[in-house]
Amino acid sequence: MSRKVLLIEDEPNIAEAIRFLLIREGWQVETHAEGSDAIEVIQGANPDLVILDVMLPGKSGMEILRNLRELEGMQHLPVLMLTARGQSRDREMAENAGVSRFMTKPFSNAEVLTAVRDLHAQATRS
Amino acid sequence: MATLNVLILVCLGYVVLLFGVAFAADRMAAAGRGAWLRSPLIYTLSLSIYCTAWTFYGAVGNAARSGLEFVTIYLGPTLVMLSWWWGLRKLVRVGRTQRVTSIADLISSRYGKSNTLAICVTILAVLGGTPYIALQLQSITLSFSIFAEADPSGLYREGSSVFWVAAGLAVFAILFGTRNLDANERHHGVVTAIALESVVKLFALLAVGVFVVWGVAGGIGPMMDRVDASEIGQWNVDAGRWTTFIFLSAAAFICLPRMFQVMVVENADEGHLRTAAWAFPLYLLLMSLFVVPIAVVGLDLMPEGSNPDLFVLTVPLSQGNDWLAMLSFIGGFSSATSMVIVTAMALSTMVSNHLVMPIWLSTQGGAGSVSGDVRNVVLMARRVSIAVIMALGYYYYRLSGGGAALASIGLVAFAGISQILPALVGGLFWRGATRTGALVGLTVGFVLWIYTLLLPGMGGAIMPDSVLQNGPFGWGWLRPRALFGIEGMDPMVHSVMWSLALNTAAFCAASLLSFPSPLERLQGAQFVNVFDHSVSPAGWTGSVAQSEDLMIMTQRILGSGPAQEFFQHEAEAQGGRTSLPEPTPGFLERLERELSGSVGAATAHAMIGQIVGGSSVSVEDLLAVADESAELLEYSSQLEAKSAELSRTARQLREANTKLTQISEQKDGFLSQVSHELRTPMTSIRAFSEIMRDTDGLSAEEQTRYAAIIHDEALRLTRLLDDLLDLSVLESGRVSLNMGGDTLGSILDRAVSSALAGSHPKLRIRRARPSERIPLNTDLDRLGQVFINLISNAQKYCDADEPVLTISAHDVGGQVVIDFTDNGSGIPPEAQSMVFEKFARVGGDKAGGAGLGLAICREIMQRLGGEISYLPGQGGAAFRVRLPLAHRQAAQ
Repeated sequence: MSRKVLLIEDEPNIAEAIRFLLIREGWQVETHAEGSDAIEVIQGANPDLVILDVMLPGKSGMEILRNLRELEGMQHLPVLMLTARGQSRDREMAENAGVSRFMTKPFSNAEVLTAVRDLHAQATRS
Repeated sequence: MATLNVLILVCLGYVVLLFGVAFAADRMAAAGRGAWLRSPLIYTLSLSIYCTAWTFYGAVGNAARSGLEFVTIYLGPTLVMLSWWWGLRKLVRVGRTQRVTSIADLISSRYGKSNTLAICVTILAVLGGTPYIALQLQSITLSFSIFAEADPSGLYREGSSVFWVAAGLAVFAILFGTRNLDANERHHGVVTAIALESVVKLFALLAVGVFVVWGVAGGIGPMMDRVDASEIGQWNVDAGRWTTFIFLSAAAFICLPRMFQVMVVENADEGHLRTAAWAFPLYLLLMSLFVVPIAVVGLDLMPEGSNPDLFVLTVPLSQGNDWLAMLSFIGGFSSATSMVIVTAMALSTMVSNHLVMPIWLSTQGGAGSVSGDVRNVVLMARRVSIAVIMALGYYYYRLSGGGAALASIGLVAFAGISQILPALVGGLFWRGATRTGALVGLTVGFVLWIYTLLLPGMGGAIMPDSVLQNGPFGWGWLRPRALFGIEGMDPMVHSVMWSLALNTAAFCAASLLSFPSPLERLQGAQFVNVFDHSVSPAGWTGSVAQSEDLMIMTQRILGSGPAQEFFQHEAEAQGGRTSLPEPTPGFLERLERELSGSVGAATAHAMIGQIVGGSSVSVEDLLAVADESAELLEYSSQLEAKSAELSRTARQLREANTKLTQISEQKDGFLSQVSHELRTPMTSIRAFSEIMRDTDGLSAEEQTRYAAIIHDEALRLTRLLDDLLDLSVLESGRVSLNMGGDTLGSILDRAVSSALAGSHPKLRIRRARPSERIPLNTDLDRLGQVFINLISNAQKYCDADEPVLTISAHDVGGQVVIDFTDNGSGIPPEAQSMVFEKFARVGGDKAGGAGLGLAICREIMQRLGGEISYLPGQGGAAFRVRLPLAHRQAAQ
């Protein structure tokens, strides 16, 4: 069974680290570094999980998430959001936008893996 | 017979009677009784001070010498009264509304309250009046001497009697002329006394006339035969002289200070002029009725060489009718005394108001103008003035010797005083008349009168015959009696024609050429349009119908509650028959006071005037209203300014608040940015260090690669912290500059090698070295930092296939300008304004900078006194650095 994660992150080193972790967990990892066309990429890739950075060139992660949730069939797609800004306001905004899990950078690898596992488990259970 | 003693007794008795009448009249007026004192009859009789001793005695003498010409002296005033009483009415109205005290005051008031003019008129009046007073004294002396000749006792001495007469008249004038200070309070005593004297002199002359016609000639028929036989009866009219004399007497009637005094100042009611308009000519007619018969009979009866001026006395005396002669004497005495008293009063008012008081006030430094002792000073000035004027008259009489014919002195005085006429009439009817015009006209007329009439008449001692014959300095055209070569004219006609013609011409010309002051314009309008807007002197009066209008107006101003309360209260106080009070003067005054509390006194006056007094809003009222409005405007504009200030302050506060909010937001944004910039590399470091720690079996390549990433990110963190610290130091202004001297070229050399070190130098730098030989004196490291930043930016962001950075330098007007232009796609216009902001990374952050470089550059350039800006439209990204060549200025 192929589990596919779409990682949208403009920092190449962070993307590489997460990619390394998830591949070892058996995920198929696709990466994307642009915000502007992220929705189309998500729709095209049809992933089981999306990891979304907030500060992206072209379009912010918050906006992408909001737009995504408005699309049909995308309401329940697990989205793990990462941000480096770390303000409580961002968390609220993300929750309002319909985030599945919100994490502040820097995070431990275990945290990321746990979150991904949880989210995937929830998604497959429901 | 002791005629002289009796005469003196009668005289003294008569004087005592006059004192008594004047005293009683003053008492009655003060007590508010005696309405007849202000009757048109008294007014008309008082006007007859026009008929002085000159008229009383001189008319007969004139008739005896020149025939019917004496009539002109009566015709002038008669014509004025009959055909110009509306002009007199205007004069009286102006005098009353302006509270004029004398003719000098009137002229001065009309022409912008000019004291110079007042002084001119005063001097003219004193000069013209003094000989005239002397003339009266002379007439008294002459008439005394007639009786003295017939008196055997020889008690009479001419000189002393004149002195005592003059002194007595002065005392009378002082007693009754200077009792009240305000010239507006009329001198009822004096006016009543001179009215009595008018009756006496008319009665005396008529008595002599009746005696001559019926007692001597034997009835009207024989009298007419005698007249026909005489030369006097022949109409021998010299048109020039007649016209001149009629005009002169008319002018004098208007301009003489004493006439002005009784006609304008003492006028109690304008309506009196209506009566006077027919009654005064009638009086003159009666006065002139028997002049010709007396003259004709006198010439027949009296011996050759006897003075015809005294026929009125000598004819009865020669017929043995001593009592009639004495009555005639009293008539002449009356004429003389009334004229002297009023003249002295009028002149003293002018002298004290326009000569003495200004001088006294100027010596007081203006402090006396409000203190209480001014009243006494004014009264004292008037009294002294009267004494001085009488003394002048007395000495003139003594010096002149009393030889000249009475009539000629009178005419000379008339001609002098007539010089006021153009300024007076012009002032009443021509708004364009100006102060300068009046001054120039008066001066011209005055000088010509002195030169052509007064001086030539004073004999050879004053004006040598040579001047009369050949003109001054032999200039023939300036001969006093043949000015500009006009010869063969009667001297009087000649003088009057020239002086008045040139006076009028000068007055008009100077008025047209000069520009009136605002006060002159205002006074001019008030004088010329006096009937349009002078308030009825009686104060407010109104009808009940107006009460309603007043009520409506009051409600508007005070509000309906207080207005109704006020009106109710007033109505109750009046008896309460209706809810509205009668508009009595008292009520209107209280209402005006009430309103003035809200809208200002002038506006209140004008508003009530509009309702009650018809169109009685004067220019002054309007000006006062305008003043009040101006004050209100001023006040409201002050309020406006205050409110504008307040709203400005509020706006500033709002702006400051916005700025603070912005700064706070910027601070939050900055912190958030810094957090992001710190967390990002830390995330990578943490992630890879955990991978390396936790992951078994990492290949050596992977280990090396991840360690390199950790290392790079650590460096990135360090750089970021360095930049942040640098920026904070620069922004706080605590940076110390390390000044040094070098050429631009070598600074650039170091920057290029530093920026390109360690990276593959795919960026080509194009420079024009000769233009870089510009010596600079600045912080070389900081400037170099800017250059390195710009070069490495080009290296990082230039997206051309073969990136080229062109560095060009110019020296422009004391500044060195260095442009860094690459051949990439440049910065999009919408981002250009942002590039110097902190963390403003444009486009993708592929080079991993924190976005503080250009912000730091901007700060540095600011510290160095220059600037850095983005140059749009250069193809690629282009930055311009400007730096002042400060060292040059220092070297110069």
